[in-house]
Amino acid sequence: MNNKFVWTKKDLLGLEYLSAEEIKFILYTAGSFKEVTTRQIKKVPALRGKTVVNLFYEPSTRTRASFELAAKRLSADVLNIAVESSSVKKGETLMDTGKNIEALKIDIIVVRHNCSGAPQILARSVSSSIVNAGDGWHEHPTQALLDIFTLKEKLGKIEGLRVSIIGDIAHSRVARSNIWGLTKLGAKVTVCAPEMLIPEGIEKMGVKTTTNLDEALEGADAINVLRMQFERDAAVAFPSKLEYLKNYGITTERLAKCKKDIVVMHPGPINRGVEMSSEVADGKNSVILEQVTNGIAVRMAVLYLVSAAKDKPGGLK
Amino acid sequence: MKEKSKVMDKEAIDKALERIAHEIIEHFEDLDDIAVIGIKNRGAHLAQRLALKIGRITKKNPPVGALDITLYRDDLTQVAEQPVVHATEIDFTIEGRNIVLVDDVLFTGRTIRCALDALIDFGRPGCIQLAVLVDRGHRELPIKADYVGKNVPTSADELVEVRLAETDGKDEVVLCQKTS
Repeated sequence: MNNKFVWTKKDLLGLEYLSAEEIKFILYTAGSFKEVTTRQIKKVPALRGKTVVNLFYEPSTRTRASFELAAKRLSADVLNIAVESSSVKKGETLMDTGKNIEALKIDIIVVRHNCSGAPQILARSVSSSIVNAGDGWHEHPTQALLDIFTLKEKLGKIEGLRVSIIGDIAHSRVARSNIWGLTKLGAKVTVCAPEMLIPEGIEKMGVKTTTNLDEALEGADAINVLRMQFERDAAVAFPSKLEYLKNYGITTERLAKCKKDIVVMHPGPINRGVEMSSEVADGKNSVILEQVTNGIAVRMAVLYLVSAAKDKPGGLK
Repeated sequence: MKEKSKVMDKEAIDKALERIAHEIIEHFEDLDDIAVIGIKNRGAHLAQRLALKIGRITKKNPPVGALDITLYRDDLTQVAEQPVVHATEIDFTIEGRNIVLVDDVLFTGRTIRCALDALIDFGRPGCIQLAVLVDRGHRELPIKADYVGKNVPTSADELVEVRLAETDGKDEVVLCQKTS
């Protein structure tokens, strides 16, 4: 990696707004942080004296825990705000919440929101760094970064890889961030889902679409299987869970027809027996738990880089 | 930045490392317990060379590691460009071992302080000794090298540039004048 590369963005709002070089730089930095996570003492003083706030407007276990651990391993102080039990329930606006949090002299706000664009609004309202931990159906950049990091770790490169994203594309911020990241780094991406779950015009993002799972699996180096979002309206797209498993579920039989070393990913949580059988989820091709581990390294890299950019003399953005 | 004079050439660098290797061997009774760890980037290359020399003289090759101290720096907000974080490569335990820490230039001592913090996060070494190719003075912390290739008295507006074949294509140490 070029020793002269300088990260200048105070926020990480999505992969759409990053260049291929910036994405590669985050991945490179994450590699260094992965080494830190393998040490006996998994902690460095890089963000000592900084405060990171996890502001989550949607339920989350792994993303919130991963961000919290990442911040703690950088020696930052961490404040977790679960909106269900906060003043937001009394009607406070996002901007007011952001400004009040900032008045507590914090440095980074990690925000998850059910509305697409909420982190962008917050980033314009406050001077703290904003990291998008998932906004509506828009983007989930750190999930995509950890997916790409895991793929690169497993297959050695991204350029030229054939990656199929299978499942509820329409409601998936993970799919969108993955598409931006993977295509910018030169991968060939196919999205596969029942017709109702493929958003119109998604081909403009540089992907191939298909409703035929066998077509999506043929020649794929990796598959990223997405969760069926029953809490949204994904269930109306097919008659039953069993029907979905039959037509779009990844089973041992289907995997047997794929490339021998195909990488199977899933951002979690898995609906076992719906989008993926347990044998596949726990099988030798699955890297699902490695994705979780890599998530900490990727988030450490992101927190470190946005914090360093914010601290630059002259307030680089 | 303007080059003023060449302080060391390839031969002088090699001789200095050879002498440091002999001094290390003389100092430690049990060479089985030593490890050489260089501070990235140039210190790591010097550590490799030093370990090779120790191995050639004693027929015992000490383990070599490379330490990245970026995450331990206390001046990140003051440097014009934030440094790229590289991985630390220490694939042996440092617990109880006698560590020779290697860097190219000893200046204020702040880099070495960071390196000590970083090293101690990997375990509790038996001892840590410091070897540097050049000591240019101007210490801001109470840190002193155990092995010095060459003492180069400098003024505050001068820089010492160590160039190594591995990173710069040639071996030399040059004294430079800062220009505004």
